[in-house]
Amino acid sequence: MRKWLVVAIAIAVVAVAGYFAMHMFPPPPADLDLARSKPSAAGTYVVSIEPEADPIPQGRLHSWIATVKRPEGAAVTDAMLTIDGGMPQHGHGLPTAPQATEHLGEGRYRVEGVRFNMNGWWELRLTIDSSAGQDAVTFNIVL
Amino acid sequence: MARFLHNLLRGTAFAALLALAACSGEEFSEEEKRLIGQLRLSELGPLPPEPTNRVANDPAAAALGASLFFDVGMSRNGTVACATCHQVDRQFQDDLPLARGIGVTDRRTMPLANVAHGPWFFWDGRKDSLWAQALGPLEDAREHGGNRTAYARFVAEHYSERYERIFGPLPELSGLPANASPLGTTEERAAWTAIDEKRREEIDAVFANIGKAIAAFERTIVHEETRFDRFAEAVVAGHKPEGDAVFSALEIEGLKLFIGKANCITCHNGPRFTDDFFHNTGVPSVPGLPEDRGRAQAFERLLADPFNCLGPHSDAGPEACDELRFMARNEHEMVRAYKTPSLRGAASRPPYMHAGQFATLEEVIAHYSTAPDAPAGTSELEDVVLTDRGRMALVAFLKTLDTPAPNDP
Repeated sequence: MRKWLVVAIAIAVVAVAGYFAMHMFPPPPADLDLARSKPSAAGTYVVSIEPEADPIPQGRLHSWIATVKRPEGAAVTDAMLTIDGGMPQHGHGLPTAPQATEHLGEGRYRVEGVRFNMNGWWELRLTIDSSAGQDAVTFNIVL
Repeated sequence: MARFLHNLLRGTAFAALLALAACSGEEFSEEEKRLIGQLRLSELGPLPPEPTNRVANDPAAAALGASLFFDVGMSRNGTVACATCHQVDRQFQDDLPLARGIGVTDRRTMPLANVAHGPWFFWDGRKDSLWAQALGPLEDAREHGGNRTAYARFVAEHYSERYERIFGPLPELSGLPANASPLGTTEERAAWTAIDEKRREEIDAVFANIGKAIAAFERTIVHEETRFDRFAEAVVAGHKPEGDAVFSALEIEGLKLFIGKANCITCHNGPRFTDDFFHNTGVPSVPGLPEDRGRAQAFERLLADPFNCLGPHSDAGPEACDELRFMARNEHEMVRAYKTPSLRGAASRPPYMHAGQFATLEEVIAHYSTAPDAPAGTSELEDVVLTDRGRMALVAFLKTLDTPAPNDP
């Protein structure tokens, strides 16, 4: 009985270890905040983003719409947006240099030139400058 | 106690069975199935439109391009054609570490299947269209060694009727110097400067059209379905693979490593197994070759290139140039970054890397496993512990991305 038990445990340990060894690619943190709408770091703005095409087309240039409001809900219509980001787990930036190209009205800005060329965890950072001040917000996107 | 032991035994045995089932290779997790599905050739969409080349999809232009592609007259000494390095029976590459035209270059010849799907051309992406790419080797002294004035004359002499049917009348070429180009020898550059501007523009237009015809031909070169595609179609459909689509345990292990622990799919993604971007993977430099900064040295050339998307020979307006417009110019990050090559057919076309640094797939996998520091810049690789069997499995999987050679039964 005891011998059986030892053998079974040994098999289980090897098999489970083998299973995890084969599935160990670095996943993004489990508690990653994937919200598409959040306050900026200092609370100056509430920013929402959405891709113009959903699901996000991996490997292709595409646009996002960023909506910038004050915390009380007023649209920010005079914002200058700069965009950067990258893959924190790979230590590199974005493969393109996206730009906010147009204010569509009501605090909605078109961000063109986004491309995510790899699977995994991406950060998209928006720095917002307006008469209300400068602040930044980082969104997490997982492909 | 006995009851506790009994339950423990039952639980352990169940866990062991589950884990073994997961390893047996017959089953993939939902995430694995999703990743395998992304790699199928059937996921490759139609060729993207090419508004900068108005004859990109014109069969007559493709036929003219094919003639030019194989014509050794398209060179300084009548011995080099595009097909000299892009060999039709060798996946349009030459099996050499460094391409050989009139002289020896400092980069490996790239295969051509489905290249028209990518936004950047050459290992460092220094061209932004297939037609502009085709012009580079024609005037490179180590490759075709010709010059645009000589090419315009050559086309007028040998292909005028076909050319004019596609592109309209050739310009008047009489009285021009035999050899002249802004990129040639001292004499050729001097001869080029002596030509008046309007005539130089006319020659440039003929030269651009040569590239556009060659690009129209190259757009017709595609990948063929492989054993992997047949296997993946069955996995995604939930069928049991049949015939040659059945994978061995080793091939399945290799596939799981490829999309999992070995992280290959991070860059080798999508149906062409490439992310069309540039990465420093710490590939060693080749002694004797000039300093090569990879993508970092391409930005200036791209922006200064008169044949780029924004130049006068593009058939589209600036609205077609989003790739150039949103190009990241992060030179520091792009030092010794080279384009991710497709892995379709790679198993049968050693040597590997941008200057053929590795002779075998085993050497490639050993490099990725040890992840050495880059000669310059920073390698993106992280070391991955692979067992001997794991390495064999990856090689076995990569072979499933090959199509049988034409002379195989």
